[in-house]
Amino acid sequence: MTALLRRQALPLALLLALALVPVLGVQDGFSLGLLARAMILGIAATSLSLLVGGAGLASLGHAAALGIGAYAVATLDLLGITEGAVVFPAAILAAALYALLTGLVSLRTGGVHFIMITLAFGQMVYFATSSLSALGGDDGYTLYGRTEFLGARLLEGRLPFHYLCLGLAAATWLFCSMLLESRFGRVLRAAKEEPMRVRALGLSPYPYRLVAMTIAGALAGLAGALMANAMEFVSPAILSWPRSADLLFMVILGGVGHLHGALLGALALVLAEEVLSHLWDHWRLLFGPLLILAVIFLRGGLAGLPALLAQKLVQTLDRRAR
Amino acid sequence: MLRRTVLGAAALPLLGGLARPALAQNAPVKVAFLGTLSGPAASLGNQLRDGWLTGVKHLEGRLGGRPVETLVLDDELKPDVALTKIRAALERDKVDFVVGVVFSNMLQAIFRPVTESETVLITTNAGPSTYAGRGCNPFMFTTAYQNDQPHATMGQVAQEEGYKRVFILVPNYQAGKDAVNGFKSRFKGEVVDEVYVPLNQLDFSAEVARIAALKPDAIFTFMPGGLGVNLVRQYRQAGLANIPFLSTFTVDEATLPAQQDAALGFFTAATWAPDFPGEASQRFVRDFEAAYNYVPGNYAAQSYDAALLIDSALKATGGRTSDKPALRAALEKADFPSLRGRFAFGRNHYPVQDFWLCKVVKRPDGKFATATVRKVLENDTDPYAGECRFRG
Amino acid sequence: MSGLFLVQLLNGVQLGVLLFLVAAGLTLVFGVMHFINLAHGVQYMLGAYLAASLGIWTGSFWLGLLLALPLSLAAGLLLEFLVFRHLYDRDHLSQVLATFGVILFLDEAVRALWGSAPLPVPQPEGLGSIVLMPGLLYPVYRLVIIGAGLGVGLLLWLLVERTRMGMLVRAGASNAPMVSALGVDIRRLFTIVFGFGAMLAGFGGALAGPVFAVVPRMGDTVLILAFVVIVIGGIGSIRGAFLAALLVGLVDTLGKAMLPDLLRLVLDAAPARQAGAALASMLVYLLMAGILAFRPAGLFGGVRA
Repeated sequence: MTALLRRQALPLALLLALALVPVLGVQDGFSLGLLARAMILGIAATSLSLLVGGAGLASLGHAAALGIGAYAVATLDLLGITEGAVVFPAAILAAALYALLTGLVSLRTGGVHFIMITLAFGQMVYFATSSLSALGGDDGYTLYGRTEFLGARLLEGRLPFHYLCLGLAAATWLFCSMLLESRFGRVLRAAKEEPMRVRALGLSPYPYRLVAMTIAGALAGLAGALMANAMEFVSPAILSWPRSADLLFMVILGGVGHLHGALLGALALVLAEEVLSHLWDHWRLLFGPLLILAVIFLRGGLAGLPALLAQKLVQTLDRRAR
Repeated sequence: MLRRTVLGAAALPLLGGLARPALAQNAPVKVAFLGTLSGPAASLGNQLRDGWLTGVKHLEGRLGGRPVETLVLDDELKPDVALTKIRAALERDKVDFVVGVVFSNMLQAIFRPVTESETVLITTNAGPSTYAGRGCNPFMFTTAYQNDQPHATMGQVAQEEGYKRVFILVPNYQAGKDAVNGFKSRFKGEVVDEVYVPLNQLDFSAEVARIAALKPDAIFTFMPGGLGVNLVRQYRQAGLANIPFLSTFTVDEATLPAQQDAALGFFTAATWAPDFPGEASQRFVRDFEAAYNYVPGNYAAQSYDAALLIDSALKATGGRTSDKPALRAALEKADFPSLRGRFAFGRNHYPVQDFWLCKVVKRPDGKFATATVRKVLENDTDPYAGECRFRG
Repeated sequence: MSGLFLVQLLNGVQLGVLLFLVAAGLTLVFGVMHFINLAHGVQYMLGAYLAASLGIWTGSFWLGLLLALPLSLAAGLLLEFLVFRHLYDRDHLSQVLATFGVILFLDEAVRALWGSAPLPVPQPEGLGSIVLMPGLLYPVYRLVIIGAGLGVGLLLWLLVERTRMGMLVRAGASNAPMVSALGVDIRRLFTIVFGFGAMLAGFGGALAGPVFAVVPRMGDTVLILAFVVIVIGGIGSIRGAFLAALLVGLVDTLGKAMLPDLLRLVLDAAPARQAGAALASMLVYLLMAGILAFRPAGLFGGVRA
């Protein structure tokens, strides 16, 4: 238990900090809204991290699953269904189904081809939603109320929504961590690192990867349903390819190979964008080089930063001691 | 529908509790300007912003006697970005007004939070049908038009000119479909073909070839921003300029700097053009060009009018924004000298005004601008106004 | 209608040729250095902006085009020196993130320098139009684009297949450490290939300027399509990129021109137009997914050059 605590100290501290934010007095709608957005994107990024870090599958179409979750909420709203017990499972199932069907085809490829074929499927969904006249097409669809649970408007309050997002982000992280530690996860990781040996053992990575894709899709669908509720608005922008790229960057910036890095990356990107865009109109002139520098110097991503600093500290102390 | 009302009622006491205290006469009026200021459509946002700023400048930086503070926000043409920034402006910066908004889909994204917080929203370009009829809202005003009206103006022009066969070309999104409906509401001749192109269309040569093959009497198109630049250039290059080019938001001061000669003689519909007579209008054009070094279009004029509108309303309320019914009543009067001359609000807070046929000309100083040809619709009310009933 | 079909065919080839100019650099850089360069699209944009600005400055489109080439090359080399060089030995994901940073920076820099309005582009002087079908003038410049693209394709093929440099590039693609061990300065080879690819993309942008709008972020759409092209063609294969570019250009153009009419055979006019437009946008991606489903490495995957 203590070993687990030490190993997972960083993610636990991160989750604790997020839980303490409202307690420490930050309760205004704007800040909590921003954090909710970051946490929801964090859920989607964590599910993508399961694919990238766990299975070596860099999908550039993950926002499609996110968007399908959000569009499920909008579609049901259009039909007058706002009951959470229906809406959330429907969003999750729809996104999982999408991931399963596209996975059947895209997993035949690998590497860059996988990136491109997932992008292709994502673009198809994007153009399809753009032409959905009933849901506003490109203009999007405004939700006039959030999802309810047995008639109770649980999601309307800022604090309940904050803790719901946090709870689901924590659950997603825990679930994905356990999944990667399980036999299933070990096969998945082995297939990424030593494909030859896995094949030699008579295991085909294909079904494992397919299941991983479906699970990641389902989690992204969950994030999408939350996103629709947070924004009270759904438009094709949520599943455009730059959004997929954003998710991928959150994973990479946070650190591939650390599941909690995805949440960290999501927070970092959302907050950095908010702060920088406030400082300067041409803030991307700063943000672009920052990303480049982060890649060149932060090899383990943000999640690897504490270890890197600790290592540097030890080295310095060592040198002093000598 | 029922749900929305209940929700609105539940939200009111909560928000009422947060209402800002009546501010002293000297505290600044805070205005959030939202526009598309990056990407291919940014020239539209620049027109809106610079028109607003010119209006504020002419009022010596004061609205209704109070100094004004404008927060300029770029929606990046992404609904989620627009929403995030507007929420910040409402909840963190506690703005009194939201003005601007180029595109209807950006308006749709921000509409609920702005109006539900009882902040006055004055759009200076976007005017979708959604909020003109049943969906109208007492806190929303527009100094522009209802989107159908410019398209309908062109339909009227085609009808009056006696064109029998018209070719329609629009982008494949909601506003494009609205444009077709608006045009057809007044044009009764034959539509030889309706072509919908993707919003990211690079090349119009396929469509241009089709027009050449069908030989219509005229074409009607709505191609905002970069799309219009491509279309106009290729239309001219293909030698089709002898087929009248009727358009909305395709050849105007936002795109003419890039289209230049290629757009000469092409038609557009507008509420104002830089050649409008009158000292106020001419002073606006002069000062705008001196400050920003490009020609203002009707986008800029509509934004300028929004500054005058708020000024007139705040003068009437003694600078107070807290008494919402009084503020609304003062805005509804529209008691300001509009650049367009006559200007009044209909019951849905959309203007009742004249629409003009304009044509692209080259001015003596070498710059390109639109110029009025003739008045097409007089005191035109949009078709949805009758359905508007304000709640509460 | 055959005149119309001919025009659409030429339009498709022209789009294909422009895509090829962008895709050629992308596939070379990827094939030789195994480097994913998302910033390749901004180099296309940079070429268009440079050519347009220089064209206005010199008063001649052709002069602008000519001057834009060395500047595009220089910009590519500078980027290689400042950024890309530090990323060759990194995994693909890091390259994706860092080159995305380059996109953000350059897109914003273009916006800060040139403003966000579409740029006026001088029209190529000295070329008229020809009549391919009654009532339609077809600008000769568009035929020039096609010619230039085919010429560059041929030149590239000769360079890669018939010169010592090309041989090194091919060898570097299949086994870089071996080439390096044979005493070839592989870093310099990379730099040259990189600069050359950037110049080709810049050339494509400069050629496209008079036809398409020169606007910030014009490279993004082209980048995605160029990636589609190199994936369909098989990564690293110039021949594959060439054929795939033509295929994508033709499918996209002809799809947009004909799908709505085809659908009208089975649907009502209004839904057919809208479904047709939506489907036409998807067509290229459907094509790619279809090809990858049956040939996971692309049409010419595994076959070099």
